[in-house]
Amino acid sequence: MEAWMAVVVGALFAVSIYLMLSKHIIRILIGAAILGNAVNLLIFTNGRLTREVPPIIGVDESVLSAQAANPLPQALVLTAIVIAFSFFAFLLVLGYRAYQELGSDNTDEMRVAEPVDDQTPPLGY
Amino acid sequence: MAGSSEAQIDLTPAMNLEPVPLLDWLIVMPVAWCIVVGTILLMMRKNTAQQHLVAIPAMGVQVLITAALLSQIIINGPTTMVMGRWLPPFGIAFTVDILGAVLAFTAAVVALACTIYGIKDVNGSGRRYGFYSFLFLLMAGVSGAFLTGDIFNLYVWFEVLLIASFGLLILGSEKGQLDGATKYAFLNLVATTLFLIATAYLYGIFGTLNMADIALKIAQSDGTLPLNTVAGLFVLAFVMKAAAFPVNFWLPASYHTPRVVVSALFAGLLTKVGVYAILRIYTMLFSLQREALEPTVNIDALSFAVAIVACLTMLLGAIGALAQTNIRRLLGFLVISGIGVMLMGVAIGTEAALGGTIFYAVHSILVMTALYIAAGMAAKLCGGAEDMTKIRGIYQKNTLLAAITLMLFFAVAGLPPFSGFWPKLMLVKASIEGAPWWAPFSILLTGFLSTIAVGRVWALSYWKPEDDDNETQDDANAKSPIGVSDFVPLIGLTIIVVVVGVFPQSVFELAYQSAEQLVNPVAYIESVFGSEVVE
Repeated sequence: MEAWMAVVVGALFAVSIYLMLSKHIIRILIGAAILGNAVNLLIFTNGRLTREVPPIIGVDESVLSAQAANPLPQALVLTAIVIAFSFFAFLLVLGYRAYQELGSDNTDEMRVAEPVDDQTPPLGY
Repeated sequence: MAGSSEAQIDLTPAMNLEPVPLLDWLIVMPVAWCIVVGTILLMMRKNTAQQHLVAIPAMGVQVLITAALLSQIIINGPTTMVMGRWLPPFGIAFTVDILGAVLAFTAAVVALACTIYGIKDVNGSGRRYGFYSFLFLLMAGVSGAFLTGDIFNLYVWFEVLLIASFGLLILGSEKGQLDGATKYAFLNLVATTLFLIATAYLYGIFGTLNMADIALKIAQSDGTLPLNTVAGLFVLAFVMKAAAFPVNFWLPASYHTPRVVVSALFAGLLTKVGVYAILRIYTMLFSLQREALEPTVNIDALSFAVAIVACLTMLLGAIGALAQTNIRRLLGFLVISGIGVMLMGVAIGTEAALGGTIFYAVHSILVMTALYIAAGMAAKLCGGAEDMTKIRGIYQKNTLLAAITLMLFFAVAGLPPFSGFWPKLMLVKASIEGAPWWAPFSILLTGFLSTIAVGRVWALSYWKPEDDDNETQDDANAKSPIGVSDFVPLIGLTIIVVVVGVFPQSVFELAYQSAEQLVNPVAYIESVFGSEVVE
């Protein structure tokens, strides 16, 4: 099960990196969303994948049984989902606003901050 | 089942049942205070005239809190406070050693300077859209990152400071800001995601997120674990945050676009959080799994890679600074160059080198903020121009500003008697002893190139008199566009830079003690688990 999840996570990473190599903001955005999900699945897989053992501590025990899923990575994933979601919302608005203001979603054409025809500094006093 | 009738359950193995000593509350105070004040400022976002009246005293209190924390840590050694009374490694721990306390204090000082400079630099609309709230949330993130002892918590603080920095960066929504912010946002998102991936793997290996616990388990591991991969991922994530060479491009694209006060704050704080994280994770946690690359060169393969990155970063920064005409972009490249110098200390990894890195980080936080403020004031004197060819005759217009800027230029280039000289001296000495010849050579070459870059700015924009056809502008000098609230933070920071340069002894000692605690984190681990765990 974990091996298959590793393959899925790897595929998601590959897709997101491919998309983020694009020059278009919209593709980078989709890549960032997939990247967040890939990382969440990676953390989730780190905490063992099982459905059979309920995470209940018995009367005479003090820890979960070794086969039960680890709840901590799930808590980490929840935190990471919230953060990734808010970041993605911000990036969507930023990307759209940049498209409105700069008239392009191609990062090569977004050269307001770093103009192409930049002067070289004066060489003499 | 677990009703109140079962009070006989023994909670002592998992929980701290004694009341927390009052002094330990100091550890979370810098973070809690910033969040509280940031919230209050958010509630009064429409009272733009009163915001700075709250923000400046509140940031003053932040400086006092971090100063008290620093003095406590110096007296008592590293101290830990756990959240919700859960004992480590179960609960989230805030563990402060001298390194964290020094950087938190320096960050608070710089933020106070920026808060004061913001009085005139941030207009009503900037305040209404939450400049001061974002400033305090950014400080909460920065302080939290410096003080936490839990690796996932460190990630969360990175995100807190990142989202606050997004808000600050786009405040004003100019075209250039949107352009710069797009590149800044995406590349930093990738960097923090890499950090999260590395954290996930580390948790998968050790099953714990507490830094002291990880340090213990790495020390006990047998060398079969894939720790170099994880360390490499962490280093990649943090050098991206710190803007080191192959992954530095978000910094020169964005740092010159927002308001001057925002640039000053970012240049002082953000990249140094990346350097701090490298020191904490790479140097402290992963220090015990190293094998020397060659017997003559006492550094391992990963550190060797960091050394090469450091060299390229400092040279790229200096050469990039030489090629700029926009003064704020030039300063952005000097920030990058300083990051390279700090990384060289990390790569060498001896106590002397790490001491140099920590000293340089403190110096860089102070000087870069002061330089951006000074550049902003020079631009105000010349009607908002930031181009080296358009700023003219600052010495004529305001001699004090020109003199202060010259001192800061000397400091950033590493010339004595200012604060940049001593850490570079420590690093050159350490790299002659512990690294190949090109390490000290590139530090010295970088100093030389930076001197040329800043010297040219001073000669052309400050010293050279204004062209004669602009005589009419002299009348405007009667009402100078820069006032007391601009000079107070600049002079304050410059005084610190000069005092640290002339009397470096106390900063030396603090830096060496921090480096000792990093190389041998026994006190750090003992403060988390008690002295019986460390054999």
